[in-house]
Amino acid sequence: MKARLILENGSILEGQSIGALDDRICELVVNTSMTGYQELLTDPACANQGIVMSYPLMGNYGVNEEDVESSRPWASAFIVSSLSQRGSNFRCQSSLNDYLKQHHITGIQGVDTRALTKILRSQGTMKGMITCAENFSIHRAMEAMGAFRMEKLVDQVTCRTPRVLPPHGDQTHRVAVLDYGVRNTLVECLRSRGCEVTVLPAFTKAQTILEGGFHGVVLSEGPGDPAEHQDLIREVGAIYESGLPLFACGLGHQLLALARGGKIEKLPYGHRGTNHPVRETVGGKLRITTQNHGYAVCGDALPTGASVSYVHVNDGTVEGLEYERPNCFGIQFAAGEGTGDLFDRFAHSMKGGASHA
Amino acid sequence: MPKNTEIKKVLVLGSGPIVIGQAAEFDYAGTQACRALKEEGVEVVLVNSNPATIMTDKDIADHVYIEPLNLASVTQIIEREKPDAILPTLGGQTGLNLAMNLYEEGILEAHKVRLLGTCPESIRKAEDRQGFKDCMESIHQPCVTSDVVESAEAAVSFANAIGYPVIVRPAYTLGGSGGGIAYDEPSLREIADRGIHLSRVGQVLIERCISGWKEIEFEVMRDSAGNAITICSMENVDPVGVHTGDSIVTAPTQTLASREFQMLRTAALEIINALEIEGGCNVQFALNPDSFEYAVIEVNPRVSRSSALASKATGYPIAKVAAKVALGYHLDEIPNAVTGKTSAFFEPTIDYCVLKLPRLPFDKFTTASRTLGTQMKATGEVMAISKTFEGALMKAIRSLEQNVYSLRMEKLAELYTEEIEEKLVNVDDERLFVVAEALRRGFSPKAIHEITKIDVWFLDRLHTIVEMEEAFCRKEVTEDNLRAAKEMGFSDAWIGELCGRTRREIKAMRESMGILPAYKMVDTCAAEYDAQTPYYYSCYDRENEADTAESGKKKILVLGSGPIRIGQGIEFDYCSVHSVWAFRRMGYETIIVNNNPETVSTDFDVADKLYFEPLTPEDVEHIVEQEKPWGAVVQFGGQTAIKLAKALTEMGVPILGTSSDGVDAAEDRERFDEILKRCKIPRAEGRTVFTTEEALAAAHEIGYPVLVRPSYVLGGQGMEIAYSDRNIADFMRIIHQTVQEHPILVDKYLMGREVEVDGVFDGENILIPGIMEHVERAGVHSGDSISVYPTLHVTEKQKETILSYTYDLAKALGVIGLINIQFVIYQDEVYVIEVNPRASRTIPYISKVTGVPIIDLATRVMLGEKLADLGFGTGIYPEAGCYAVKMPVFSFEKLKDVDTGLGPEMKSTGEVLGIAESFPQAMLKAFKGANMKVPKKGGRVIVTVKDEDKEELVEIARGLEELEIQILATAGTADCLERAGVPCTRVRRVSESSPNILDMIASGTVDLVINTPTRGRKPNTDGFRIRRAAVEHSVACVTAIDTARAILTVREQGRSADLQPIDITTI
Repeated sequence: MKARLILENGSILEGQSIGALDDRICELVVNTSMTGYQELLTDPACANQGIVMSYPLMGNYGVNEEDVESSRPWASAFIVSSLSQRGSNFRCQSSLNDYLKQHHITGIQGVDTRALTKILRSQGTMKGMITCAENFSIHRAMEAMGAFRMEKLVDQVTCRTPRVLPPHGDQTHRVAVLDYGVRNTLVECLRSRGCEVTVLPAFTKAQTILEGGFHGVVLSEGPGDPAEHQDLIREVGAIYESGLPLFACGLGHQLLALARGGKIEKLPYGHRGTNHPVRETVGGKLRITTQNHGYAVCGDALPTGASVSYVHVNDGTVEGLEYERPNCFGIQFAAGEGTGDLFDRFAHSMKGGASHA
Repeated sequence: MPKNTEIKKVLVLGSGPIVIGQAAEFDYAGTQACRALKEEGVEVVLVNSNPATIMTDKDIADHVYIEPLNLASVTQIIEREKPDAILPTLGGQTGLNLAMNLYEEGILEAHKVRLLGTCPESIRKAEDRQGFKDCMESIHQPCVTSDVVESAEAAVSFANAIGYPVIVRPAYTLGGSGGGIAYDEPSLREIADRGIHLSRVGQVLIERCISGWKEIEFEVMRDSAGNAITICSMENVDPVGVHTGDSIVTAPTQTLASREFQMLRTAALEIINALEIEGGCNVQFALNPDSFEYAVIEVNPRVSRSSALASKATGYPIAKVAAKVALGYHLDEIPNAVTGKTSAFFEPTIDYCVLKLPRLPFDKFTTASRTLGTQMKATGEVMAISKTFEGALMKAIRSLEQNVYSLRMEKLAELYTEEIEEKLVNVDDERLFVVAEALRRGFSPKAIHEITKIDVWFLDRLHTIVEMEEAFCRKEVTEDNLRAAKEMGFSDAWIGELCGRTRREIKAMRESMGILPAYKMVDTCAAEYDAQTPYYYSCYDRENEADTAESGKKKILVLGSGPIRIGQGIEFDYCSVHSVWAFRRMGYETIIVNNNPETVSTDFDVADKLYFEPLTPEDVEHIVEQEKPWGAVVQFGGQTAIKLAKALTEMGVPILGTSSDGVDAAEDRERFDEILKRCKIPRAEGRTVFTTEEALAAAHEIGYPVLVRPSYVLGGQGMEIAYSDRNIADFMRIIHQTVQEHPILVDKYLMGREVEVDGVFDGENILIPGIMEHVERAGVHSGDSISVYPTLHVTEKQKETILSYTYDLAKALGVIGLINIQFVIYQDEVYVIEVNPRASRTIPYISKVTGVPIIDLATRVMLGEKLADLGFGTGIYPEAGCYAVKMPVFSFEKLKDVDTGLGPEMKSTGEVLGIAESFPQAMLKAFKGANMKVPKKGGRVIVTVKDEDKEELVEIARGLEELEIQILATAGTADCLERAGVPCTRVRRVSESSPNILDMIASGTVDLVINTPTRGRKPNTDGFRIRRAAVEHSVACVTAIDTARAILTVREQGRSADLQPIDITTI
């Protein structure tokens, strides 16, 4: 079936419908990863986003139950050049198209995704609407997009109740993870380092955490604009004051920066892909990171006493902060297998450290 | 860390002659690296024995040595040039081995030369089988489990430990004969017993069988600070079992989920870190398709064929970055020239699909085994880019120029379904088409996967293509179908053929529907950053990115030469690139079209614009419509470009230089004969015949020997020399096995001295930079002859004749630009054999030796300049003060069942040059460069020649005998030698009992075999077996009597001790 993608700037791109048939309004973002679509769709940081994949061939290896970053997909739309009707992989359980349908993700294929990428690169992230309706009204679509807000996303994606996950192997620490939109990968990296992980709802009070007998706290990644979460920022500030080992990632890193007096800027079109180079400011060591963020800490308005630990090699964006307080650091890029050394550092900082009861 | 300022002068090692497995990719890498070094102000000394390369140009390196790549000659160069360092990782395995050799012999240390890029310890870790295994174990990277055993019992117990199936490889047997795959204990006992028996040392290697696993490659880069990145991932469509050089390869990987991908990416990075490589590296993995299990197959601690492919696939200049890393730069200090904003510490991400197809030589070697396995057989490759896998595949097929322009191979359509099913099991160069045919016959992708182990995703893509073919066969020529088919890379011609319309009709139809090609940019970053690289590929997406804004310059379209194949090699890339440079210097905007990822011409900064596209009329027409060039150049891109001349003329694009009509006049026999007659130039008497009777009558009239060949072919394909009626009958029978629309030519065979010239003609004057003389007399293809410049036996009068004939022919054919003519001097008379109004394979070497920039002059002449104003004069250019001997190099050991005997059909894959002050010395260098060992005093030579050669052999044998070289001969030859009083030892013939001549060759006690083939195409003759035995036991074998005489000359007059390297920039 024919489908159209209407952009906030009035352009209309034609293609064929994939996934769900409902009209869908979303924030359009480009991701340059060549694999990992299922991880992306299920990344809470992608909540309400329409993901434009720059690599043209999607769905090649289908989907499975294992490669998910959370309990369900959060992206609301999927825009590709070409979707494989069936997947081929030993773990493949269904086709990506069926998965999109099942999870009500509206999609479109046959779009010139490179042309779309260039529009979003030059004009900045914008909203879009996918519709299969033959007689759609551009006026109504523009109105609907105008009314659409990317708000309160953390409230949508965070867990409702705490859950405790045992470590893989012998337990060495108890870690609290504040779930602003946490990915399974982050939790697994902690568990494989002997951490018993308690995933807590985003709105958990600092007091509760500090009384929980944890050896360290991780502020997780998540979607949206950090500045709208004044309540969360306050609690993060309190956790910082406690002196507990603190590892802040993604949105959590932005919240911590705001809590400590830093500023946040919106990037013109974000960093989204698996190939982002960052440089460690001390020693100059380089690493390739996976990134998925649209906001970043301002380099010229850093939190009190904080220093930049990582910068993006291409555009100089702040990618990590080191705080004056011991055992507290934040990174903007994705925490996962490739950042094992940072998890080790966090684990090390908890070593022997008594919990703050 | 910034550049290491202690390094001021660097020696770069090239890879030597083009052979199967080591081709143009190292010219590309070496050229890019030399330019990168010079950009840093480093003085570059280059050594490469291959004269057809761009890297051996005076403007690429500061000092250029076209010298043998061996210890002695490179040591001399080190002593003379005193470089600070040597860069060994750009010259393939040849360069790497040589560097290790220099290191191990203490030469680097003695001259305080550092090894740049990668230290000897790292090289050893990667190259030594056990060292590599140990290293991988130390970082917990799995290799393929294997063990050497000496009994069936031990084999069984090892197999029980690692699990069945296992591969049994007997030690020291050729081509793995006697080995096999064992699926259970009884079969293992049987195969192991046989293998142990066959092995000279009574050993077999038992290896875990991983055939059918996915083969995945990563290109990795690392700097001295340990920063490492992966540049490109590649997946072979053919599972493990086919050499990656012969495999269909896609980039990036297509069927790996993120988890497998990240697992292998991490492994590749850990491996490059463990090996501490500073530069580029290639890691090959086998991945179990049913689990996360994998094994590291191989690591190449250097740039490679795969890295050339990865560079072109992503736009990331691997060789350039590797060179800068070798100088000490860290990756983030090297800018990415493509985006200008990012650095080399960046993993390219691509937004298209890349596909590589190998170019296999079975069109030339029709008797060779087509089976593909672990021994690479391809001479070259093509790459295609599209938005879809289907599109890339169809474009790649068209790029191969093998008379197949779709997934349909006519001869397969005639087979029974059972035969197709049987053929699916064969892994050969036609498998892709067999699979497509099976899909047409209703086999499901799953069923084909069961047989071939090709991933279902790839088979699904082929299935889509087949379904689209079927829709057109049902005449469903709808807008949706046309658009979908174009996105899948169907050509208009193919769509037309399927639905019964012409190419033009389909074109008109889709254009009326607005289905037009769009060009997209290759930019390393999937449009995430603004890039300005004018490197394009076509697809059928909506937005066209090609920048056709007027530059104010006239646009010139230069057509490249496509894949490297026998008869059309790297020399045409040399010519294309030089013409592009010449046009750019003169202020033109240059646009190159080519599809060979190994070449310099497809480097994105060579021309103003690069279109990576098939070289077919339709694909080129799209570019013409896009760019509207002022003129096109076809005379530099070999036959590939020449073939497009007519089509371009029809598109209304003026052909610069010689017109397509002039080309036609040289190729059309009747027209050409007419011209010869008009110019009063003699050629061998000949007849045109159709039947065997007519052929015999013609032969009798003309007198034997005669040359017999089909008239439509080029490059001597199918040409034979007949000495008797029986020969004629044989050849005619073979020729008639394929339907002949064109007549067959029977010409007098003039057994004379062959001479070749390249000339530049401006319409008024001719310049001949040099006359070359072939060592082998007419009858051996010029590409396979040893060629000598300046001539040794051509008189001044003959030179005058050659000059005047060249002038007359150039004038008569309307040549503007290049002309290449082959002459034969027979009984003091000069005859014309062949005229090619285009660049030839001798241009690069003659340009280098004479110092005449032939391509530059030809380009200027094409634009209307006159030779008289260009500073190199007219007529025959003064001879250089040195001799240059061009020697062909073959790849016979890679191709089973190919006859090594030389004849009118070209067989060599590459060439080397020997330059020296005297002819024997130059010849000696050429032999050394070709790695052909000339027997020394006390050595042993086996001679067995055909009757026609026996008389001449006597003189040669006498000479060898005088040099105290022992002569062994089979009965007939021995009789002849003894009659002439030359002592020799008799050896038994092939048909006689052991020990016979084959055993002698196998014993390793013979230095040279001189065997001249009796003409004909009969494999399994004695001669064929003798020649193959020599190849397989690495014994030098010459098959032309003149080559044997050249060896004698070298032995008599050449002296290794006196060889001096020559810097050609000083000639």
